Amino acid sequence: MGDTILSVRDLVVKFSLRGRTLTAIRSADLDLYEGETLAIVGESGSGKSVFTKTFIGMLDKNGRVDSGSIMFEGRDLAKFSSEKDWLEVRGKKISMVFQDPMTALNPLRTVGSQIAEVFELHRGLVGKAAERGAIEMLERVGIPDAGNRHRQFPHEFSGGMRQRVVIAIAMACNPRILICDEPTTALDVTIQAQILDLIRSLQKDFGFTTIYITHDLGVVANVADRVAVMYAGQIVECGTADEVFYDPRHPYTWALLSSLPQLGIKGKPLYSIKGTPPNLFNEIKGDAFAARNPRALKVDFLYQPPVFTVSPTHWARTWLLDPRAPKVEPPEIVRAMQESLAVQDAWLTQDVEKSGKMENPENARKAGRA
Amino acid sequence: MTGTGDREVLIEAKDLTVDFRVKGGSFRAVDKVNFRIYRGETFGLVGESGSGKTTIGRAIVRINEASGGDILFKGRKIDGRISRELDREVVQKIQMIFQDPMASLNERAKVDYIVSEGLYNIGGYGTEENRKALVQKALLEVGLLPEFASRFPHEFSGGQRQRIGIARALIMSPEFVIADEPISALDVSIRAQVLNLLSELQKTKGLTYMFIAHDLSVVRFITDRIAVIHLGKIVELAETEELFARPLHPYTRALLSAVPTPDPRREKGKKLHIYDSNCHDYSKVGPEWREAFPGHFVLSDEREFAEWAGSSKR
Repeated sequence: MGDTILSVRDLVVKFSLRGRTLTAIRSADLDLYEGETLAIVGESGSGKSVFTKTFIGMLDKNGRVDSGSIMFEGRDLAKFSSEKDWLEVRGKKISMVFQDPMTALNPLRTVGSQIAEVFELHRGLVGKAAERGAIEMLERVGIPDAGNRHRQFPHEFSGGMRQRVVIAIAMACNPRILICDEPTTALDVTIQAQILDLIRSLQKDFGFTTIYITHDLGVVANVADRVAVMYAGQIVECGTADEVFYDPRHPYTWALLSSLPQLGIKGKPLYSIKGTPPNLFNEIKGDAFAARNPRALKVDFLYQPPVFTVSPTHWARTWLLDPRAPKVEPPEIVRAMQESLAVQDAWLTQDVEKSGKMENPENARKAGRA
Repeated sequence: MTGTGDREVLIEAKDLTVDFRVKGGSFRAVDKVNFRIYRGETFGLVGESGSGKTTIGRAIVRINEASGGDILFKGRKIDGRISRELDREVVQKIQMIFQDPMASLNERAKVDYIVSEGLYNIGGYGTEENRKALVQKALLEVGLLPEFASRFPHEFSGGQRQRIGIARALIMSPEFVIADEPISALDVSIRAQVLNLLSELQKTKGLTYMFIAHDLSVVRFITDRIAVIHLGKIVELAETEELFARPLHPYTRALLSAVPTPDPRREKGKKLHIYDSNCHDYSKVGPEWREAFPGHFVLSDEREFAEWAGSSKR
């Protein structure tokens, strides 16, 4: 694991909405390590997008960082106030890839000029040099015939190709951190797999650190070294992908995994989380998930749980980890996941060339669904 | 469950073709598609955007007209010109649930009207009291309160709105329900609720579903059989677990390998298959629909068939 590149402590973000104050991020902590891929997961409204937007100063006008710190290269991003400060960081050192490549690009300008613009603004290149940079970037993200296609407009590209262009723009300044906000939600699955692969290979070549924001736990399993689970503006559990998927500790992580249709057993109803997330306009007492947690303890309704350490890389905010807490078993599906570790449909792990030969599917099925 | 021969066929598509007129010609969205859906089962139709999966659904409810082939409902042809009684029956017995509950409900109508609209169309619901009672029953069945009838769609969350969409289909007492990506626009925690509701309704009402989706991992949980569709053609059809354990067509393999599953070790150990349509040599003889194993069909030519089916023999 690399050095800490970004360190967030006790971050509180508030929004003013029609005269009322909404606390979107309630004292979140996070460490990001150089070269890793971290995935932040949560339902919509959990604050995962807002959280990362504070790293590049892109909160909406009515939002502000209320307290806490975001340390990056010896400076506290939470204290930045002027656009001038942010231009040093945003797009240059920390870049973002947005969800919808249809709206992230300017429809009136050629894709080449949109990439060249980054070179002009941040690297002082002009004219032909910037254009050459743009073409190289397009080639690097896998746009065929980049020498001609850089003169085309976004509408002449498919959704997957457009997302590649957005990635090229984000990569143009060789950032240290790349934030991908639901980068593949708008894309087809086969294209999604290619985009995830592309980001992985760029990361290998350029050595940047990646933050994924997503609600798709399948994507998380595919890309993440570490996972942070977010609920009601707080990171409730954080650990390596293996720890969070196979040995989760927070009841919310249990609930999230249990409700996945992918892990369901045919013919049995899926677990579903009761109730709705708490209203962030109100002050939250105790554990924010307590009201929806069938295994909640009394103390969950009274006091906010502190961070409990499970392993050097794994922590969770739940009273269940307190030594005084009663022993509560995780739900069946979560336990079943630990047992059925890494069982594959046989054909999937074979090399593509010799995929003609396959094992008896009955055996694979017995092993997989026992 | 391979002995499907004696089960009642509810819906059958025979060489179903749908063309769209485009500038200067026509575009074939669905190309001679054949399948049967048996009563009581959940039939999955899986493909990427542009594959024609939604168009097939829309052709069955007759939003898009079939330009060739036939659609049979309980053995009777329901496309093209049909009698008024049959039309009425089809309108009632085949219902559709749409993908985006934010876009598929009339914003200016109250829930009461939205849910009743099908009844208004076919009539025969008796008195006004009777209609109201039906609306209340439908709302209760999908887990909403009867008093929601007097509210507008914007007062509801995404999950609740999808329930309204389901109530609107249920009130017609359908036999066959086409669910077009019913959960893909919903939040992760809401998906389980809607899937549970759909399978509960299937049990209590004996419904037959056609489940249209692009996400194979969700389809695995809910369907009995799956048809994989690529560029308007069904390339493979099999029982769900059979398809996952022994996919034959390279496109099916590409699709299955691309779907991320929430299991890090599985994800990191898998090999991504990429489909290249140049791997087929159909220049001389086109592919045909062949049965590789009981109930497991694949679109292939003779050479491919021998290779794919032969190497997977038990």
